[in-house]
Amino acid sequence: MTEIWYGLVKAVELIVSLDPEVVEVVGRSLIVSGSACVIASVICLPLASLIHFRSFPGKRVIINLIQTLFSLPTVLVGLFLFVLLSRGGPLGGLGLLFTPAAMVIGQTLLISPVLLGLTISALNGVARELIDTAVSLGADGFQVAWLALREARYAVMAAVIMAFGRAISEVGCAVMVGGNIKGFTRVITTTISLESSKGDLELSIALGIILLLIALLVNVSLSRLQQR
Amino acid sequence: MSDALLEIINLSHSYGNRRVLEGLNLNVRRGEVFTVIGPTGAGKTTLLRLIDLLEVPSSGDIYFDGRRVPEKGRERLQIRRRLSFVLQKPQLFNESVYDNICCGLKWRGEKEDGIKRKVERVLEMVGLEKHRHRNARTLSGGEAQRVALARALVVEPDVLLLDEPTANLDPLSAAKIESLISHLAAQRDITMIIATHDMSQGWQLADRVGVLLEGKFIQIGGPDEVFRLPRNEKVASFVGVENVLEGKVLESNQGIALIEIRGEVIQGVCEYPVDTEVWVCLRPEDVTLSLARIQSSARNCFPAKVIRVISSGPLSRVEVESGHGLRLVALVTRISAEEMDLVEGKEVHVSFKATGAHIIEKGLKS
Repeated sequence: MTEIWYGLVKAVELIVSLDPEVVEVVGRSLIVSGSACVIASVICLPLASLIHFRSFPGKRVIINLIQTLFSLPTVLVGLFLFVLLSRGGPLGGLGLLFTPAAMVIGQTLLISPVLLGLTISALNGVARELIDTAVSLGADGFQVAWLALREARYAVMAAVIMAFGRAISEVGCAVMVGGNIKGFTRVITTTISLESSKGDLELSIALGIILLLIALLVNVSLSRLQQR
Repeated sequence: MSDALLEIINLSHSYGNRRVLEGLNLNVRRGEVFTVIGPTGAGKTTLLRLIDLLEVPSSGDIYFDGRRVPEKGRERLQIRRRLSFVLQKPQLFNESVYDNICCGLKWRGEKEDGIKRKVERVLEMVGLEKHRHRNARTLSGGEAQRVALARALVVEPDVLLLDEPTANLDPLSAAKIESLISHLAAQRDITMIIATHDMSQGWQLADRVGVLLEGKFIQIGGPDEVFRLPRNEKVASFVGVENVLEGKVLESNQGIALIEIRGEVIQGVCEYPVDTEVWVCLRPEDVTLSLARIQSSARNCFPAKVIRVISSGPLSRVEVESGHGLRLVALVTRISAEEMDLVEGKEVHVSFKATGAHIIEKGLKS
C-alpha cells in the first residue's frame, strides 16, 4: 500500500517538475499518434466519401468488412507489419522496422477502419435532399463530397478524435514494430509496460496519469462536439 | 424545335414497379412561365427532378436548347448549371446566409469580386441583406425560402424550377414569395416552371398551365382555357369547378342545348347531339343567388333551398338544392350572404348564364 502511495507522490513530482524523460515520451506519443491520425484522415475522408457516394457491386460487403475491422487486434497489425518490414520481408529493404515511422504506419493501419466506418455513417446522416440541393445548384461530384463532409463536420471531427484516442492508447503494435528503444521509439504505453515489469512504478504511474488526462481531454472535446 | 428552350418527349419514370410519370410531352418556350398543377402524388416533384437532371428518366428524352441531354458526364453537368431548382422544403446548408447563396457561383468557378457583387444584389432583392452573416439554419420558414430562392437566382439560370414555392409558408411570407416570383416573371428573361396545387397561384402567374393527374398531362393550355374549359370531369373537379353534374342532352338548337340534370332542365352552350351523356361544369363563383326571381340575361333560373353555408374569410360557400334534388354550390361574398340572411332552409332563386356552364361529353378521355 505504501509503495503505491509513494509511487503516486513521485509520479506527481515527475509531472510537475517536467521531468525530461516524461516530456520526451509524451511528446513522442503525441507526434506518432498525431501523425497517424493526420495521415489516416487525409486517406480515409476522401475514401469514405467515395464509398458513400458511389454505388458499386459489393458496397455492402465492404462496409461490413470495415465495421468488422473496428476491433482489429493491435498485435495483429503489429505482426503483419513486422513480417512486412523485417529484414527478410518484402519491404525489409526500407529499413523501417523499429523506427517511429513504422509505428506511424502501424497506427495508421489500425485506426483507418474506425475512421472510414465512422465517416461513412457521418455522411449517412446528411439529408438526401441536401445533397440533391447541392447537385441542383451545379456542384460536381467532388464539390458535393466536400459539401457533405462540411455538413457532417461535427460527426467527422468526432470520428477523427475517436481514431486518435485508439492510436495513442494502443500498445501492441507500437511495441512490435517500434521495439521500445529508449530515446528513439518509446511512447507512453510501451514505457508503462516496460517500466512496470522492471519495477519502476513511479514513472509508470506518472505516464498513466498523463495518458488518462489525454483520454479525458479527448472525451471532453468529443462530448462538446456531440452537443453542438 | 423552333423556339422551345426545353423539350420533353415521351417521358416516363418509375420507382421500382410504381409508374410515376407516363408518356409526357412538353415544350417550354424561352421566357415563358409554365405551371404544373395537380394534386399531391400526381408526379409534379418527380417531373421537376427529371427536368433538373437530378434523375435519369426510365424512358424518353429531354432536349435543352436543341441539344439532347446525355445521361451522364460533363455535358450533363454543364446543362444542369443553366438550371436552378428550389425544392419544396428549402434545404439550407449549415453555413451563413452569405455562404449559402454564394455556393452556386463558387462551384461554377466565378471570381471572388463577381461573387460578392452578385450575392449582394440578390440579398437586396429578397430583402435579407441584414441577415447575411447569420447561420441560415436559424432563419424562419419564410426567410429560409427566400434564401433558397436567392441561392437559385444568383447563378442567373436560364430556367428556374420551383416546387410548391409557398406550400409551407404563412400567408404573409407566401405573399412575399409570390410577389418576388411575379416580379421575376414580368422581367421575361427567365423561364420558369412552377409546380403547385394552389389553383390561384397557377392561374395568376402562368402563361400556360399543364394539369398533371396520375402521372399524365391531361390538359395543357392557357390558364383561362384550363380553368374555364376543363377537358374532362377530372380536370374540372381539380381546377375548382365544384359543380360537376351528370346530365343528358334533350334538345340541341343552334349551339344552345337543353340538358336535363336530375329532373331540372338547364340551358348550356354546346354542339352535342340529342341523347349525348354529358358533364355540366359550373364554377361556384358563376352561380348567383337571389331572394326574388330576378330579370337578367341568365338563361337558367330555378328556386332552391339552402342546405349549408360555410364561411371562410371574405367568402361564403353556399350549398343549395332544387325541388328535384339538384345540388349546386355557389360562392358569394360573406357580406351579401349576411344581408340575404342565408341560413339553412332559406328559399332562394338560383341563376347562372348558359355560357357559364361548360359542357363536356361523358367518357371523353384526355
